[in-house]
Amino acid sequence: MNQYPLWKNLLIIGVVLGSLLLAVPNLSSQDPSIEITPARGSEITEASVGEVRAVLENAGVPFKRVETREGGKLLARFPTSGDQLRGQEAIERALSERYRTALTLSADLPNWVRALGLNPMSMGLDLRGGIYVVIDVDMEAALDQALERYVGDIRTQLRDRKIRYLTVVRDGSRILIKLNDAAARDAAERALSREFRDLDIQSLEEGGDLLIAAALPPPQQEQIRSFALEQNITTLRNRVNALGVAEPSIARQGDRRIVVQLPGAQDPGRLKEILGATATLEYRLVDTENSVADALEGRVPVGSRLYRERDGRPILLNRRVIVTGDQITDASAGFDSQTGSPAVFVNLDGQGARRMRAITTENVGKPMAVVFIENQTTTEVVDGEAVKRTRKVEEVISVATIREPFGRRFQTTGLDSSNEAHNLALLLRSGALAAPIQIVEERTIGPSLGQDNIDQGFRSVMMGLALVLVFMALYYRVFGLVANVVLVVNLVMIVAILSLLQATLTLPGIAGIVLTVGMAVDANVLIYERIREEIRNGNSPQASIHAGFDKALSTIVDANVTTLIAAVVLFSFGTGPIKGFAVTLFIGILTSMFTAILGSRALINLIYGGRRVKKLAI
Amino acid sequence: MRDLSVINELNVDFMGIRRPAVVLSGVVLTLCILAMLLRGFNFGLDFTGGTVLEVGYQDPAELSDVRAALEAKGFTGATVQHFGARTDVLIRLSPEQGEEASAQVSEQVFQALSQAAEGRVELRRVEFVGPQVGEQLREQGGLAVLFALIGILVYVAVRFEWRFAVGAVVALIHDVIFTVGIFALFQIPFDLTVLAAVLAVIGYSLNDTIVIFDRIRENFRKMRKGTVIDITNVSINQTLSRTIVTSGTTLLVLLALYIFGGEAISGFSLALIIGVLVGTYSTIFVATAAVILLGVSRADLLPTPKEGVETGGTLP
Repeated sequence: MNQYPLWKNLLIIGVVLGSLLLAVPNLSSQDPSIEITPARGSEITEASVGEVRAVLENAGVPFKRVETREGGKLLARFPTSGDQLRGQEAIERALSERYRTALTLSADLPNWVRALGLNPMSMGLDLRGGIYVVIDVDMEAALDQALERYVGDIRTQLRDRKIRYLTVVRDGSRILIKLNDAAARDAAERALSREFRDLDIQSLEEGGDLLIAAALPPPQQEQIRSFALEQNITTLRNRVNALGVAEPSIARQGDRRIVVQLPGAQDPGRLKEILGATATLEYRLVDTENSVADALEGRVPVGSRLYRERDGRPILLNRRVIVTGDQITDASAGFDSQTGSPAVFVNLDGQGARRMRAITTENVGKPMAVVFIENQTTTEVVDGEAVKRTRKVEEVISVATIREPFGRRFQTTGLDSSNEAHNLALLLRSGALAAPIQIVEERTIGPSLGQDNIDQGFRSVMMGLALVLVFMALYYRVFGLVANVVLVVNLVMIVAILSLLQATLTLPGIAGIVLTVGMAVDANVLIYERIREEIRNGNSPQASIHAGFDKALSTIVDANVTTLIAAVVLFSFGTGPIKGFAVTLFIGILTSMFTAILGSRALINLIYGGRRVKKLAI
Repeated sequence: MRDLSVINELNVDFMGIRRPAVVLSGVVLTLCILAMLLRGFNFGLDFTGGTVLEVGYQDPAELSDVRAALEAKGFTGATVQHFGARTDVLIRLSPEQGEEASAQVSEQVFQALSQAAEGRVELRRVEFVGPQVGEQLREQGGLAVLFALIGILVYVAVRFEWRFAVGAVVALIHDVIFTVGIFALFQIPFDLTVLAAVLAVIGYSLNDTIVIFDRIRENFRKMRKGTVIDITNVSINQTLSRTIVTSGTTLLVLLALYIFGGEAISGFSLALIIGVLVGTYSTIFVATAAVILLGVSRADLLPTPKEGVETGGTLP
């Protein structure tokens, strides 16, 4: 009696060995490291390793190793995070021309572990330090912009078809076109319906006016929204990559939020500056025929607009844009070779280059202006309500005379500092945001706090575990020892599954593990109390073991399923840290059911099964 | 440790004192609800929105100096307190403070502190939560508790009987109000991790309740004599040692977590400690008492008798 068939024992041994293997990578130390990637136009070679090593040795920074990684990268490992920071400084100082550096944490895995493709648990930002930002995309603005574009397109379309109209204006979420007579309206309706298939176009009369209303149907609105979100994610990804952070993660959350996670990053200020920036450039001809003084008094000429230069001087520019930031394919920061002032070198796409060449050819000797445009969003709290204000800043940063025609590549000066040139180049390169964004949540964890959290979490798991182990051994003797073995196996299995799923371990996740340790013994307690009862009722030891496991089973399942329900609810409603707790709780409950029901039964069978037993040590 | 098994021989008349227990629960819950209504919650940043900075000084820091440094830069009304150690300081700004609740505030604050301390201070943590996020979290938190309760109600009703489901949920509501009420009464900061703990309490307390319900069901089927109250009493007593051992081990690890886990999860562990204690109490006195009050009878739990098999047992 009380013997498991061989296959069951083998299954349990297999699961335990598999778990041990999966958990092994977590024993490796996590080294503070620097990831080194080549800058534009250079690459990592065999010589690079020696180069970096030499730089670190010269600077007297202790390091563990410099190794090549897949994808043409180098990884320099350091004993402490202080050394890591000094190492980064040294490398930046000596090699910043050719290499980019990013701080990261990297497990020092033995080769055979690496060969098997095993990885340790990935640690959340609260444990390893880094920046977590939630960004809200202004969907209303995305729709507004789309409608504004349609207004412009409709005007052009009507003009091109020589249909006379009175006005084309936006009215809330629709566009109203006012026309002179019924014939024009019919013609316009036909033309617009053919041309703008994604708009809902209807003729109507309001207060004696002949109107056409064009509206965006909901599916189209949805498309615009989701495009804005996708486009913003792409742009943000480009920007974050340009910042040089190892393993950045940019993910969509819900229908209007984006979560950016940068492990190891330490400068939230610069991150926010780059993420939220909307700076772009526009090139316009200067209106030299009309007087600025007249414009200042309100008589702005039809084809022109009044701008201000950085020092506040007014200037009249042509309404028609030569090229916009969208047409810029590449940009880099540098210095003007003659004056030495900060400059941005700009490359245009084919269309932009053709236009630029055509206009500069016609206007040699005339001045051209560069307009710097930036949307600044601020949130103010008015009467307890958060109110967003977006302010569009347009400044003329440089006015220069066109000396000769140019096209694809040229430079722009007039920037305040090389830092500004740097940021502008980065923004032009990574593309514009399709809709304004705003940071609604930010969490930055310094590296020392992360390490403290790991230490404290580890210590509380160990202390809790030790207390439970001692108690169980005293209270249930041999059976208690069995419970202890399966409890430790349970912990190993949780770690193994977390490593396998590459689920993120957070501080609340550790709390979930601690809680599971406390609750995992419950299954064993239920079984053992049943066995004791059976013995008290005068049953034989073997029969008691059998009945104990049998009768406790349904109770254990019922009790655990309800906790699983709570874990699932936590997971689906929780954000970031709470999710981590739910995941470990969920996994912990499942593994504890396996270990307590099958694992401890196998051990007890091994100890007591298949022989005559007079007394149980329980 | 045979001597510890004494618990098994006890035969406490739990159901006999269920009326005083109900009165006690009623009084305590009223206090908790009053505390929630009158004092409200000391909501953490997650729910209110605002900015929190945790900074580590190299030497023990005087809070008055920190406040002065902040006020010099125009950050008046910031909450400044030690966090864990004398060298660690937590600064909290509510969304109204500073002209704009933008993510930039944290930088300005840290610069102000860094200047005042001549760089001998390190930024350990920054959290900024926009007002709209906080509001969503409050709604989501409430919904999460609600959905957990509904899920549990359905599961227990299917596995047992509706009276048991109602009894279990009444006990859970009791536990939630009690735990949350303590946080309101003593104005302990209520953040996202505490909400997670409350949900975990629901899971734990239910676990406890199910074990006793399970035994009641079994005894209803097995014991042919005795009133509903007798059987309930026997069931509670039979599972009492398990109840105490499991609560005990869970409390052991929670204490370890509370003592060694650091400030960041002290609220979490405290909520669970309270929850485990009250959950154990409510299982015995609230859940089972409610089931009896709802008039559960033996017939409700007997498997549908098959004709011819039932050999005419003597029902009391």
